[in-house]
Amino acid sequence: MSAMITIALSKGRIFEETLPLLAAAGIVPNENPEQSRKLIIGTNRADVRVVIVRASDVPTYVQYGAADLGIAGKDVLIEHGGAALYQPLDLKIAKCRMCVATPAGFDYAAAVRRGARLRVASKYINTAREHFAAKGVHVDLIKLYGSMELAPLAGLADAIVDLVSSGGTLKANNLVEVEEIMQISSRLVVNQASLKMKRGLLQPVLDAIEGAIQ
Amino acid sequence: MHAWLLPEAIEDLLPAEAAQVEFLRRRLLDDFLRHGYQLVAPPLLEFADALLEGDAGGDLSLRTFKLVDQLSGRTLALRADMTPQVARIDAHLLNRPGVTRLCYCGSVLHARPADLLATREPLQMGAEIYGHAGLEADHEAIRLLASALRQADLPPSRIDLGHVGIFRALIDGLAVPADRERALFDALQTKDIPALRELTQGLPEDRRAGLLALPGLYGGIEVLSGAAARLPTLPAISAALGDLLRLATEMADLPLSFDLADLRGYHYHTGVVFAAYCANSPASVALGGRYDASGVRYGRARSATGFSLDLRALTRLSAAAPMPGAILAPWPEDVSVHGEIERLRAQGETVVTALPGHAGTWREAGCDRQLVLRDGKWIIEALLDN
Repeated sequence: MSAMITIALSKGRIFEETLPLLAAAGIVPNENPEQSRKLIIGTNRADVRVVIVRASDVPTYVQYGAADLGIAGKDVLIEHGGAALYQPLDLKIAKCRMCVATPAGFDYAAAVRRGARLRVASKYINTAREHFAAKGVHVDLIKLYGSMELAPLAGLADAIVDLVSSGGTLKANNLVEVEEIMQISSRLVVNQASLKMKRGLLQPVLDAIEGAIQ
Repeated sequence: MHAWLLPEAIEDLLPAEAAQVEFLRRRLLDDFLRHGYQLVAPPLLEFADALLEGDAGGDLSLRTFKLVDQLSGRTLALRADMTPQVARIDAHLLNRPGVTRLCYCGSVLHARPADLLATREPLQMGAEIYGHAGLEADHEAIRLLASALRQADLPPSRIDLGHVGIFRALIDGLAVPADRERALFDALQTKDIPALRELTQGLPEDRRAGLLALPGLYGGIEVLSGAAARLPTLPAISAALGDLLRLATEMADLPLSFDLADLRGYHYHTGVVFAAYCANSPASVALGGRYDASGVRYGRARSATGFSLDLRALTRLSAAAPMPGAILAPWPEDVSVHGEIERLRAQGETVVTALPGHAGTWREAGCDRQLVLRDGKWIIEALLDN
C-alpha cells in the first residue's frame, strides 16, 4: 500500500451527489463514469484515484482494502453487515426511506395483528428479516434483484421491502407505503487499517468532507 | 460431489507454503522460549460449556463448531480460541503462586470465518503472562509481539494501544441497559459517529461529550494530551491515560500509536489492549491485551496479559524465507556417494536421492542444486533441468 488514496464509488446518484463533497476536499475526478467506460478514474490529485463499482460491492472493496474509502448507502451497509469497517460520517446525500409497501386495499395492519405468514419480496433480505422478526411476524422472504413493485402485482408476494424516495413508482403500480423501516442516507466508510496507516493522508480528506456536509 | 472438494474457507497447505509456515512456527516459538515462555498444548476439543463459559456477547458460541460426545452424552466444542484454554492451564493445573509465562501454537476452528479473507482454520500462536498486575507485564507482552514480528521479517508499522478502562469509566454508574451498552460498543468499534450521537442522547453532558470524542482520539502520542483535555476528569480515566503514557515513554523505540475507541474483546479485556498492523495487510496481524478476570471461572483469579496471531495469515505477509532448496544426489550406484550425502545432511543440507527414470522433474521436488562426480571428486553444481 503506497501512499495513495483509493475511493470506491458507484455510478449515478451517489456519484453525482458526492462530487461537491470531494471538491471540498480538493478532489476532482478527471472523467465522468457515465461517459467513460474506465473503472479506475484518476483525479486532479496524483495520490487520489476513484474506482467505480456496484453500490452493493462498495463495502466489500473497502473491507478487503482494495479501496481505502467508499461511499455506500446505509441500506447496503446493513445488508453487508458493516463489520470491520469504520463508518464515521453520515453524508446526508442520496436520502430515501426503507419501507414496507403493499397493494392498495391490502389490510397490512390486520395481517400483522394476526401474525399471519406474509410473503415478502425484497432485495434487502437481512433488513426485511430483522424488521419482521422484531415485530413478531412470520415471513417467507423472496430475494429479487429488481422491479420489486411487480412482485405483489404478479401474485408473487403480499408485500415488498424496498427503498422509496419520491413514491412515484409505488403510485404508478398501485402500491402504498404501509410502514417506514428506517431513514436511509449515504455513509462514508473507511478501511480500518488504512485509517491507521494513512492517517496523515486520510484525516484531512475526512475533515474537509465533514465540513461540507449539508 | 467431488471427492477433492474442501469445505468453504478450509485449505491445504502445499509444500512451499507449509515449509514457510513451519519455518516461522519454529522461529517464533524459539523466540518465545528464549524469553522464558513455556510451551503448552491444550486439546483440540473440550466440553462446550467449559470453552464457552463467560461468552457474554455470544460471539464465541456462534463461531464454535459443536458435536456430541458419545462417551458422556455432553456437548463438545472444537476450540475457536486457545486463550481460555491456556488461562485454564495456568489457573487450575499449574497453580503456581508467582509469575507464569506460557506460549502455544495450534489450529483453531471457526464455524464462521472471522471476516471475508479469513480461513476457518487459523493456526493460532500466542504468548501470555499470568500473575503480574503491574504495567511491566503489558510492556513485556508488547515488546515480545514486536520481537515476534521482527522474527518474521515483518516489522510492525504500527502497534496501536487502547485501554478498555476509559469506556468503562465513561458509562460507569449510568445504569446503561445491556443492549444499549452493546450498541454503544458496536458504534465505537466502527467509529459510527451518527449512531453514537443517537445512542448517547439523555446521558449526562460530560459523559456524552467523552463518548463522542473517543472515535476521533486515534493517532500519535498527541492523542493522550487531547484525551486528557476532552474526556471528563474521572480517576479511572486519568489512571488509564497515565498507563498509556508510561508505556509510550518506555517504548519510544517502537512505532506505538493510540486508538481510544478500540474496544475489541471488551467483554473480557480489563486494561491496556493492543493491535499490530503491517504494511500491505488490510487488517491487524496480531491482537492482545489484559484480561485480569479470566482465571476466576477456573477457580483462581489471575492477572493476565498476552497476545495471539494467526500464523497462516502472518506467513502470507512475511518475507522471511526458509533455507535454500535441496541438493539432488544420484542414485547410489557408486557407493562413495553415501558418505558425501551423509556429510551434507549433517551440515543441515537437504539431499534428495534421484530415483531412476525421472530426469527433469526434480526441481518440483525442491531441488536447485545437484551433486556430481567430477574428476573423482563430489562437487555441487547448479541443477540443470535435463
